[in-house]
Amino acid sequence: MINQLIFLYFAAVIIASAVLTITRRNPVHSVLFMLLLFFHIAGVFVLLNAEFLAAVQLIVYAGAILILYLFVVMLLSVDRESSAARANRFWPWLIGFGLVIAGEIALLVLRGSFPADRGQAVKQAGAGVKELGIELYTNYLVPFEIASVILLVGLVGAVMLAKRSSE
Amino acid sequence: MVPLSWYVLLSAALFTIGVVGVLSRRNVFIILMSIELMLNAANINMIAFSHYLQNLTGQLFVIFVITVAAAEAAVALALIILLARNRGTVYVDEFNLLKG
Repeated sequence: MINQLIFLYFAAVIIASAVLTITRRNPVHSVLFMLLLFFHIAGVFVLLNAEFLAAVQLIVYAGAILILYLFVVMLLSVDRESSAARANRFWPWLIGFGLVIAGEIALLVLRGSFPADRGQAVKQAGAGVKELGIELYTNYLVPFEIASVILLVGLVGAVMLAKRSSE
Repeated sequence: MVPLSWYVLLSAALFTIGVVGVLSRRNVFIILMSIELMLNAANINMIAFSHYLQNLTGQLFVIFVITVAAAEAAVALALIILLARNRGTVYVDEFNLLKG
């Protein structure tokens, strides 16, 4: 019961801040609502016994990616943001389209059957990180190495793209 | 206990908000943030199923998704800086170089 109330609080704040993120005129406000969203998503992860991923969510998403966004938004400060249109001319159609997609998914989910919760009773506190590390470095070693190559490509690509050509 | 379908519904709503944001906004920053919204919706789904099925694979995939999101954000923001430097705008409907 108390878990359901906590989940409903998290879900309400996540939906509200997501809507505010995509509707604000000023991108800095959008980034700040995104920060609120990431904190509450980390709360949902804790509710699902994924404490390590909640920490990763806060450190990597809120701490690194979002600060990068904020930095670039402020670097390219757009002064005519106050007068320009926020959305393209199709936005009423697109909101209807989004409602149709959400309705279809909700219909499918509510008609389907899902497994019951087996997690809460089995798992003791603090046991997740060790198993996650063992799994990551044995069965998922090749994807792990590929992820490091992707990060290297991202690093080199960002530097190569953003550097001013010296001619 | 919270039923699994609640998590799936939350993730569906978040994903839909992301889709509408990508398709309707003009500012390229908001479009990128909507992509992050969609990735987070997928993450919620994977962790919820990982918990309810007692299988760690979902959590491992979330780690890889976060890695790819970090690389994507770095490259995409470098591209935006380049675009803003060359075209002087961050609105996607003004990038019409190929239209002739």
